Amino acid sequence: METGQERPGQRPRPGPSWDDIGFEVLAPGMFTTVQDLGRPGWQRFGVPQGGALDAYALAAANALVGNPPDAAGLEVTLVGPVLTVAREGLVACTGADLGFAIDGQPAALWQAHRVRPGLVLGFTGRRSGCRAYVAVAGGIAVAPVLGSRSTHVRARLGGLAGRALVRGDRLPVGPLPPGWRERAGLALPPPLRRHGLPQPARVVMGPQHDWFLPLAIERLLGATYRVSRRWDRMGLRLEGPRLAHRHSAELVSEGVAPGSIQVPGDGQPIVLLADRQTTGGYPKIATVIAADLDFLAQAAPGDRITFRAVDLDTAHRLRRERQAMLAAVARATGTAGAPGA
Amino acid sequence: MKGATHGSISPSYPRVVPAGDEAVLVVFGQEIRRDVNQRVHALARALMEGGPAWVREVVPGYVSLLVYYDPDRASFARVHDTLLAWATGEAGAALPPPRRVEIPVRYGGLDGPDLEWVAAQVGLEPEEVAARHSRPVYVVYMLGFLPGFCYLGDLPPELAVARRATPRLALPAGAVAIGGRQTGIYSLDQSPGGWRWIGRTRLRLWDPRRDPPFLLQAGDEVRFVPE
Repeated sequence: METGQERPGQRPRPGPSWDDIGFEVLAPGMFTTVQDLGRPGWQRFGVPQGGALDAYALAAANALVGNPPDAAGLEVTLVGPVLTVAREGLVACTGADLGFAIDGQPAALWQAHRVRPGLVLGFTGRRSGCRAYVAVAGGIAVAPVLGSRSTHVRARLGGLAGRALVRGDRLPVGPLPPGWRERAGLALPPPLRRHGLPQPARVVMGPQHDWFLPLAIERLLGATYRVSRRWDRMGLRLEGPRLAHRHSAELVSEGVAPGSIQVPGDGQPIVLLADRQTTGGYPKIATVIAADLDFLAQAAPGDRITFRAVDLDTAHRLRRERQAMLAAVARATGTAGAPGA
Repeated sequence: MKGATHGSISPSYPRVVPAGDEAVLVVFGQEIRRDVNQRVHALARALMEGGPAWVREVVPGYVSLLVYYDPDRASFARVHDTLLAWATGEAGAALPPPRRVEIPVRYGGLDGPDLEWVAAQVGLEPEEVAARHSRPVYVVYMLGFLPGFCYLGDLPPELAVARRATPRLALPAGAVAIGGRQTGIYSLDQSPGGWRWIGRTRLRLWDPRRDPPFLLQAGDEVRFVPE
């Protein structure tokens, strides 16, 4: 069977049987990839952590359909795909409002929907945010690579042959979790529907803020930056007042944390996201806190971003608040999900 | 207070600085030097083999180690003080010496299309460039760029050449290349890259189905063996 997974020159492997296919891709959308919570533990070998950019939204979608938080779903970017349902089950869509619809009818976000073979999932157009997450009961069951199903396109790793979906792809789905039928219609209460960019995005300064002139720090924390058109899962390139270095913009390459705001020689900041290279050589003026990383996933080209500095105690308190929300999601959905997102 | 015991290292190192709220950088110096890099790997190995439970992941760089920690298990102050003690103390001193790995390489021709260009640039015969490239024992300073890509140093100074102005779009897995004072091995087919491609190894630097999937790790010593 053709699964669309073979690369030229590779011996075709037997694809999943029809029974395991959850969706067939009629149209792939702008950039739709299989993502879970990423592959931690391999960065010292140059393997990016990757994973869903809005990890909270993916964990919530998984909880609604009864999956563990680290099950793989689809990350949908700005323009959604069109998928034919091949197997009975449950789906939930969270994150950005891209006009999620089932058979042409608007379908609520943050809610589990029962689906039957032949139904068509689609997206009628963007209203807010940037990335939506589609979870399916049983999870997208592509083969894990280094412990994760996340797609990293540049390294051609994970997902479907390490690439975004294309027309004709067939997506395997794992076994339905017990009691899935009772979940149809289950919805998260509005306070647990976490989306939208916080203004300002919170940062802790460093690790190299002392490489910058005081004016650069004033600008970062005072000015408004716009998300550039050159934006992807590696980084959010921003445009705005130039951040000038004291001496040099060349640093000896070092490991880079998610949320790092690196500033190359042109003085325009780049916020590094999950698919960033594991090491890099530009000074980092500040780092977006872990609790606010999900929101950065929802920034689209043209969106405006401001930054505010917080101390580490505040950052850790906000991190615990996010974990408490994930625990509340697990309670509201009756999933014993560890707060792993 | 942060005085390093190592005589040749500036007294302001090592230091531990926040890199966001889930990671810190342990910085041992500012310039690429083998002795500084060895301290990075000694700390990395020590933390991986017997570090505190709050250490989640370590990422070696040339002169620093990025340490991801779990803020639920340790405060920044505790992370800072503990890592500073490990970085300045004897941790790692009793560890085994680095692994030495031999990498067979075919130089020039289709396996190294830039060898002739490099030879012309540096005023040596291509065979001599290959001989001098395969003479030193290199250290894997770090991995990065793409899964399994190794940064090795130090290249003999007479072989230092500028990178390509326009990077190649598709180097093959196993391509051995040089740029500045470094040499590297590309790990993935169709890697983009701006270094000068002088040889190729048949060894796979990474294979997701192999255990362990990566042939080399940061801190390893490497010799190229012409074949």
